Order: sequence, then structure tokens, then C-alpha cells
Amino acid sequence: MKKTKPSKISSIILFILLLFIAIGWTVPTLGVFVTSFRESKDIYSSGWWSVLPHMEWVKTSEFQLAEATDPNAPITIEGHTASFDEWRQGIKVSENKRLRWYGNKRSRKIEVYEEKLLGFGANLTMQNYVDVLQGGEISFDDGSGNIITREGNNFGDAVINSLAVCIPSTVIPILIAAFAAYAFAWMDFPGRKPMFVILVALLVVPLQIALIPILRDFTAWNLNGTFVSMWLAHTSFGLPLAIYLLYNYVSTLPRDVFESAYLDGATPFVTFVRLVLPMSIPALASFAIFQFLWVWNDYLVALIFLGDKNRVVTSALAAMIGEKGQDWHLLTSGAFLSMILPLTVFFALQRFFVRGLLAGSIKG
Amino acid sequence: MLESVRSNSFQIVRLFALVILAVFVLVGGFILLQNLQHVKMIMMVFAVIWGVGSVALLFWVFNSIAQAMPRKIRPIAVALVFAGPAIVLLAWALVLPTLRSLWLSFFDDTGHQFVFLDNYTFAFTDPIMLESFKNNLLWMVFGTSFCVILGLIIAVLSDKSKFEKLFKALIFLPMAISFVGAGVIWKFMYSYKGEGININEIGLLNAIVVALGGKAQSWLLMPVWNNFFLIAIMVWLQTGYAMVILSSAIKGIPLEIIEAAKMDGANEFQIFFKITIPFIMPTIVTVATTILIFSLKLFDIVRVMTGGNFGTNVIANEFYQRQFTYRKTGQASAIAIVLLICTIPVLIYNLRQFRKRRTIK
Amino acid sequence: MKKSVLFFVFVLVAMLFYTGCQPKGQEQNSAGKDSGVQGKVVTMAGPFVDNDAVKFNNAVKAFEERTGIDIQYEGSKEFEASISIRIEGGNAPDIVDFPQPGLLATFVKGGYVVDLNKVLDMNKIKQNYIQSWLDMATMDGPEGKIMAGVWGRVSAKSLVWYNKKEFDAAGYKVPKTWKELEDLEKMIMADGDTPWAIGIESGAATGWPATDWIEEFMLRTNSLEDYDRWVKGELKFDSPQVRKAIGKLSEIWLTKGMVYGGREGIVTTSFGDAPKVMFEEPPKAWLHKQGNFITSFFPDNLKAGVNYDFFYLPGIDPQYGRPVLIAGDCYAMFNDRPEVRMVMEFFATGASVESWIKAGGIVSPHKDALLSWYTNDVDRKVAEVIQNATSVRFDGSDLMPGEVGAGSFWKEITAYVSGTKSLDEALKAIDASWPK
Repeated sequence: MKKTKPSKISSIILFILLLFIAIGWTVPTLGVFVTSFRESKDIYSSGWWSVLPHMEWVKTSEFQLAEATDPNAPITIEGHTASFDEWRQGIKVSENKRLRWYGNKRSRKIEVYEEKLLGFGANLTMQNYVDVLQGGEISFDDGSGNIITREGNNFGDAVINSLAVCIPSTVIPILIAAFAAYAFAWMDFPGRKPMFVILVALLVVPLQIALIPILRDFTAWNLNGTFVSMWLAHTSFGLPLAIYLLYNYVSTLPRDVFESAYLDGATPFVTFVRLVLPMSIPALASFAIFQFLWVWNDYLVALIFLGDKNRVVTSALAAMIGEKGQDWHLLTSGAFLSMILPLTVFFALQRFFVRGLLAGSIKG
Repeated sequence: MLESVRSNSFQIVRLFALVILAVFVLVGGFILLQNLQHVKMIMMVFAVIWGVGSVALLFWVFNSIAQAMPRKIRPIAVALVFAGPAIVLLAWALVLPTLRSLWLSFFDDTGHQFVFLDNYTFAFTDPIMLESFKNNLLWMVFGTSFCVILGLIIAVLSDKSKFEKLFKALIFLPMAISFVGAGVIWKFMYSYKGEGININEIGLLNAIVVALGGKAQSWLLMPVWNNFFLIAIMVWLQTGYAMVILSSAIKGIPLEIIEAAKMDGANEFQIFFKITIPFIMPTIVTVATTILIFSLKLFDIVRVMTGGNFGTNVIANEFYQRQFTYRKTGQASAIAIVLLICTIPVLIYNLRQFRKRRTIK
Repeated sequence: MKKSVLFFVFVLVAMLFYTGCQPKGQEQNSAGKDSGVQGKVVTMAGPFVDNDAVKFNNAVKAFEERTGIDIQYEGSKEFEASISIRIEGGNAPDIVDFPQPGLLATFVKGGYVVDLNKVLDMNKIKQNYIQSWLDMATMDGPEGKIMAGVWGRVSAKSLVWYNKKEFDAAGYKVPKTWKELEDLEKMIMADGDTPWAIGIESGAATGWPATDWIEEFMLRTNSLEDYDRWVKGELKFDSPQVRKAIGKLSEIWLTKGMVYGGREGIVTTSFGDAPKVMFEEPPKAWLHKQGNFITSFFPDNLKAGVNYDFFYLPGIDPQYGRPVLIAGDCYAMFNDRPEVRMVMEFFATGASVESWIKAGGIVSPHKDALLSWYTNDVDRKVAEVIQNATSVRFDGSDLMPGEVGAGSFWKEITAYVSGTKSLDEALKAIDASWPK
């Protein structure tokens, strides 16, 4: 479908509206992106937007009040009289000068602030990313003065492991689901309808109830810790959605296409491979994205079936961030690093969407 | 006659060879994969090729066998080859565990003492469960409708824009973020540091409120509203999904129909409601169903943000909590089964839709 | 299609052949065996990761070199969920480190845990622990009481941390009694600050620091018998004793100006972020009660004894003395093999944590661990606090059944503190959640 040409004014309104939505959608992510470049101390004490250029009161000097100053009575400094609480909030004594009481009543220290324009990017650092990529190289003092440094867990290996898990776990369910969707949509076999009902119902089964029985089987088959176990698990968990989505698509493909193929003597297998698969590419691509994202971001399944031997990205990040779940600076930069690949996949597959996931339904 | 016997026996030998080959590829590849751990890059490439290749090979071999069947049972054999692997996998990984849960839901936590409906009584009377049901209803109604409506609006609007790809990419962006990452992001949005001396809010929402002259709020503690703040996170994450699929459907609408409507003097709104919506209705149902079910199963957001406190608990979180933290297998299983039953109306509606579409054809 | 399959098979054969020719590294390793355990692997799982996992690996290194046993530890953040699944899925690691004895007890009940009395030389082990540790490791199995594990590391919870530099500069004095602590609180408030930094947000575990506080006050305002009865569920939450303890908590937590951020700040601040305000310039709060593990959440570059220090949370009623609330890790055995027995026996000795103690951060429960191993004063002082205690009790919520100790207790107290529930409602709800 070609773009329709709306009038100029309406296209501007449209653009502004979209811009508005897009900004609203992106601000949270942007916040984290900025945060991922900040030092851990700053993250907790000021908002991320403070890296943007803005006017801020900057401390230029400080001075000590006389020991005899009574903080509980009104205090007069540079001609202004106010209570301790007010001084603590800060008082503007002249156009470009602000005085603030530092700390509690015991300090008797006054800080002088002047308003200045802070440029972009004060206190930004790449260190968080370096830490994450090195896998959080750990060093500590062993008490007798030796610094023990552990080699960081290799983030690169984790990416490779993740790919070895994700790609087959994305392609295999697509293959199996496409065959099944075709069978459910266009073939007759006993029990077709009830089976399809059960299949759709399985969409809602929380995968957590399946973990223990599956693990028992994997233990019996000696599959624990292998990639095969991950493929099997993710394929199974992804199948209901895959079949549901693909069935919706395949069932609306025009019937005459198959019939003419059969008349030419093609077997269902050949028809499927030559006709159905290529025609379903938009649907396959969109499911591929969701399945890939889901597998890529999964932690629990990887933790249980794959364990520690072949760490995937999520477990590497979790292990590095460690028990101190509050390492915001590592969490944010790690989250961004792990986003790069899925986003690349999305952009790579985006062109397949253009023809439309359910385009076929219209022709039917 | 002799000819056919010969070709038959040749056929059998060929099939036999194929099966041997398949077994060899499967077993050999598996052993090889285990031995390749040291050369990571090769291992990964091999894993991908072998993993995907073996599945394709299996389908091909099975199909060859099915094609060799007598003509009478051939269609069923072929159907079995097509649907069989999915059915077997699902039966093994999801149906059996569900049945096991159904069984366990009638027993106490040791799994030995039959308690009949006690666990279900719990699931429908416990105050925490009642609260969760109420919240899940909010999630299902508002989460789903916001996702679908927003997704639809963005899809329609961006369809008319020059910067379509960019806008869509921005909306889609959150989908690529893990739940842990999303948790961090929204903690920064909703952060509240309390009231007192020298408080400096680092949460964006509170910073905006304060800048506008308001008072900082503890968003996640506000009764009932906090549910909506959590739902907003799901909408933020999932609208991209709705948008991508709906946008594809919109692009599938034949241009002639729209042109014809324009010729008849229809305006944009009329086109939207009279043509676009009816045309993509099946897609809307699909999207709504998947998001609805997703919102029913969702617990990560609640777990990360509030841990189910302050009146924000949901059923799936209570299931996870009882299954793993409290190790109350019976109750957890009952909750899972209840969850399953909750979707029956959705399923029935879906099947009706399928049937309708069939009869139209 | 056929050609590509053939090619694929060919490549496969070639690679199989190639790897088949490779010498196997593991076989060479197990060449020289004399004790029979050489080269054997013992798998372990536990909740600690990161720094602690490295310290653990270093601590067992000497043992591994001596015996040839390879201890493979796997830490996970989703420990509770993953260990339940692994144990019930029949894939239990050989040894599991449980920070919550309550969780271990459920596996003992299910009959998954090996009874140490039957497989280890218990006389030797019993000599190395004081009786209360042994009692706490004795749990109900399906066929009577069993020794479910040995204790590896301990942490003390009754510690109040403060910003030593600023604290001294302001001229505050470390309180020795409850009265002195109250005076200090008043003084800090009079000086215009909030005394306490408290945060109990912890995702799905939100509320646990609050339960620690209540346990502290239970020990300080009630007899040990009452505490033990309470933990076992014999003393209701809705009882004068527990109300007395929560009353003390409310005096601090719910009084305006006492806690940084107020009650809503308490429930929305994460427990790890809470102490950070003490180290801002100027400090925004002055005191933080938490176990000794909290130092790893302090901002980097702070020195123990210089920038921060702690004091013992004083007793309230002299008749209950100086009680100390502790927590600890219990190693339980799930598979009985000779090499696993050896590792378990090793864990029952101080040597298993020697280098960990030296690296800092933990306290040993073993009698044969030497005070001289503690290299920083803070750790040694923690060990001394435990030694000087008139009574020691384990974190009660870790001993209660999961749905209370890791569920309703956390949840309901959080609701009480946030103000969404009254104390009456909260206590009744906890009592109602006890398993019948």
C-alpha cells in the first residue's frame, strides 16, 4: 500500500502527535541510557537529567560562623536574618549568590553558591561499560596485604553461548510450528479440532509448572547442561504462541494455490516447502523476533537447564551484578549491552513486516 | 509385478538408510557438540547448523517414510508427520506437567495426603488471592485495551508518516529490554525518597511534579492507582508487539478499497472505522488474545517493582511465591489450574472467530 | 537437498574423526590416583555470587590441591526457585549452602537430605561447634530427627553502623545503653537531622529488614523462651510480647523526624541504598542497623574503622542481657559419595573459611577458628560481639515456615509500616497464615 498524501497541515499535526508519543515512549529508556554513563555515587544522589545543560547553583566557597553562633535563634548573615531551617534550605542574598548552611546545627559552616551554566556531560564515564565487558573483574584485599584479582568472566563467551541457545531456539519452533499450523489449517486427521483447542489453551500454562517434570526427564536422559536441553525447552514453551500466530496466517492463505500445486503432482511436503513457507515469511519473521527476544532475555530457564558451565548473557550479567542487586551503574550498562543484539535482529527483520503479517487474510 | 516388488524393496532399503543416516547425524552431532566446548566460535556455528539441520532432516526423513505408506493411510501419515512433532513436544513439555499439576492440586504439600478441594477453597477465599483476582482483572482489562488501542493508533498514524520506520523502532525499543532492565528503568521513573530534610528526588515523575509546584508522591504506595502505574510498564513493553502486528495487517488492506471509499467522499475517520477496523478485526482479536494471556501470566513486573506488596499482588506472582518460596505445591498447582480455567471464555471466543472465518470462505 | 545432506554428513564425520583423535584432558588428570577421590567432582550450589563466590573458591583451594577433589560451586541470584526445581527434578547438587534453615527444613521433611549422623564421624564435628549450632542443624525428617547440615559462616545482625568520620567530628559518642541511644537520637534531632537511615524494599523480599528489627526487640524485651516459642509458632504474633517488641519498633520507625524519608521512605527505599545517605556530604542520617554484610553496599573507597564503624545495638531491659541476633549458612548434603563426605568434614573445620575470614566479611562458627585470622578490626569486633553475647539467637524469620518467615511476616509488617494496614489487622493476618 502506498502512502496516501494528506494535506500539509494535517501531516504536520500528525508528525507532532507521533513525535509526542515517541518521546513519551523513549524518555524512560533515555533515562537509563544516560544513567549507564554515570558514576554510582551520582546515580543515587541526583536525577539523570542533571547531565543536561542547565543553570545550576555551584558551590564556590565556604566559610565558618563564629563558635558562639546560636543555631536555635534567628541567624544573621550578610544582612539577612533567618532561622536555621531556612538557612539550611538556602537563601538568595544577592542576584547571583546563595548561601546555604552545611549539615546540621553543629557544623556552623556556610557554603556560598553561584549560579552557573553547566555544560552537557559533566561527570560522565565509560567505566561502567568497561566493567561489564570485563565481566566485572573482581579485586579485593585478602587481609595480609595481597590484592587478589579474579579474571572477569568472559562476556564475549556469554554472547556466543547466548547465540548458540537463541538461534536454534528460534528457528526450530518456527519450523515445527509452521508444519503443525499447516496441518491444522489444511489437512484432515482424526482429533484435529480438539487438539487445536488444547493447543490454544496451552498458551496460558505458566512454564514454571513444567520445569520440575522436564528437569526430571533431562536428568534421566543425561541432557542437563547441554544446548540441546535448552532448545527442547524453549521450543516447547514457544510452540503454542508460534502455532497460534502461524495458524492465523496460514489458514487464510488462498486455497487455490495449494490445489493447483496438488494438481501438478506436488506432495504436501513440497507444497509446504516451496509455497507455504515463502508465503508466510512475514508471519515467520514476526514470531522469530518475539521468540528471539524471549529466549535472549530469559534467565530462569537458562539457570535451571544450562547451569553455570555455558553462561548466557543474562546469567553473566546476574552473576556480575551479584548479591548487591543495587549496582545501578552496572545494571543499566549491562541492560544496554544486552539490548544491542536483539535490536539488530529487529532492524534486520523489519523489512519483512512491510508486506504484512496477516496480509493473506485479506485475500481470503 | 516383479518390478514393483523390486522397487518396493529398494524403497525399504532407501528408507532404512535414511533412518540410519538421521540417527547418525543426531547422535554424532550431539557427541561432537559436547567436545567442541573449547573452540567457542566453531561450537556456536556448529550448534546452530546441527540443531536446525537435524530438525529439518528429521522432517524430511519422516516425510519420506510417510510417502512410502500405502495410499489409503498416506494422508493421515503425512498429517501425522506435519503435526506430530509439535503435538509430541507439547504433550511432553506442557500437557503432562499440567495434568501433573491438576493431580497435585488435590493433594497437600507433601503430595501424599488427599485433600480434595481444599486448595481450591484456598484459591477462591484467601484474602491475598481475592486481592490478586481483582488486580488481575485490572491488568486484563486495562493492560490489554491500552496496548491494543495505543498500538492501533500508532500503527495507523505512523503508516501515514514519512518517518514510519523510525517511529516504529522507537516504540518497539522497550520490547528488547529484559525484565530486569525494565525494572531498573521504571524504578527510576517512580522513585520516591520520602519526606524530610534535604530530600533530592531522583525519580523523573516526582521531579516533574515538584517542578510544577506539586508535592512528591510515593507512586507505588497509592492504593489502586499503583496497579495502574505497574500496568503502564506492561503497556510500555508490549505496545510494540501490538503495533508491529497491527501495522502489518493495515498494510495488507488493498489500496483499491480505500481509494473507492475516498471516491465516495469518505473522510479519514470513516475509512478508519468502516474499512480499516473491520478488515483487521481478526488480527486485533489475535493480538488482544495474546496480550490478554500474557497479562494473566505476567508476574516479573510486579515482583521486581513491589514484590506484590501494597495491594498490587497478581495471581501469577502468588503462584510463583507459593511454588518456590513457600513450597506449597498443592496450593500453587491449584492456582495454576485456576489460571487455566480463567482463559476458557477467551478460548471459546477465539474458536468462534475461527469458525466464522471458515464459513465466510 | 540430498547433496547438502551428504556434504553435511561428510563434515560431521570429518569433525568426529578429528575430535576423536584429540587426547582427552580429563583422563590425564585422573592418572595418578591413590586416595580414590583424586579427580572426583563435588558440585555445590548456593546463593552467594560475585566477590563472595571468589572468596569461597579461594578458601577451598588448598583443600582441593591436597585431596584432588574438584569442588564446583555455582551461585545464583534466583537461588530459592532454582534449588527447589533442581532438588525436586532429581538433579540436586552434592552440597547446597542454605542461608535459610527454614528452607532446608522443608527439604529435610521431604526426605531429600542425607543424615550426617549416618555418614560422617560426628564426634569430631560435634567437638568443633557449640551445642546451639548443632541443635539448629537438627531437623525433622520423614523418619525422625536428622543432622541436616554443618554451619559454614555466620553473620551478626545486631550491629548499628555509622559514618565514623562525621560522627566523631560532630562530637557524638557511641551509646552503650538503650538510654544513651535514645539520648543520641534526641541530640541528632535537636541538631536538625534525622537519626536513622532505614530501607526495607527488596523486590519480592520486601520487608525482611523490618522482621530483623522486630526480632532484635523480641530478644531485648522478652525472655529467650518466649522468643523460641514465637519462632515455633506457639506464641502468637497477636500477643502482648510481640506487640511490645513491635511497639519499640514503632517508637523509632513511625515517629516523625526519626527516620530519613519517613514511613513511606522506609518502604520504598531499597535496603542496600538505605545506608548510602549516611555517607553523603553532609550526612543526611546517622545510624543504620544491619548485619555485617551491609558493608559491601557502602560506597566504594570507604575504609573500615576510619570512614565507618559499628556499635552493638544496646540491650533494653537489663534482665535480658546482651542478646545477639545472628544468621548463618548451613551446608547440607544431598548425595552420599566418599568425596562428598570428605568435603562435608572439611566444611566442619575452621580451615574451610580461614582465607575467607582473612579476606574479610564473614565470621566463623567453628571452635578451631582463631581470632587472629580476623585481619580488619571491624570483623574481629563482630566476632567479639558474638563471643560477648549473653545469648545468641538465629534470625527468627529464617526459621519460620516459608509462608510466614518469607511471606506473611514480611508482607504484613510492610503493610503496617506503610500505613495500609493497622497493627491488629497485620498481626491477625500473620497468625492466620501459619500452616495448620
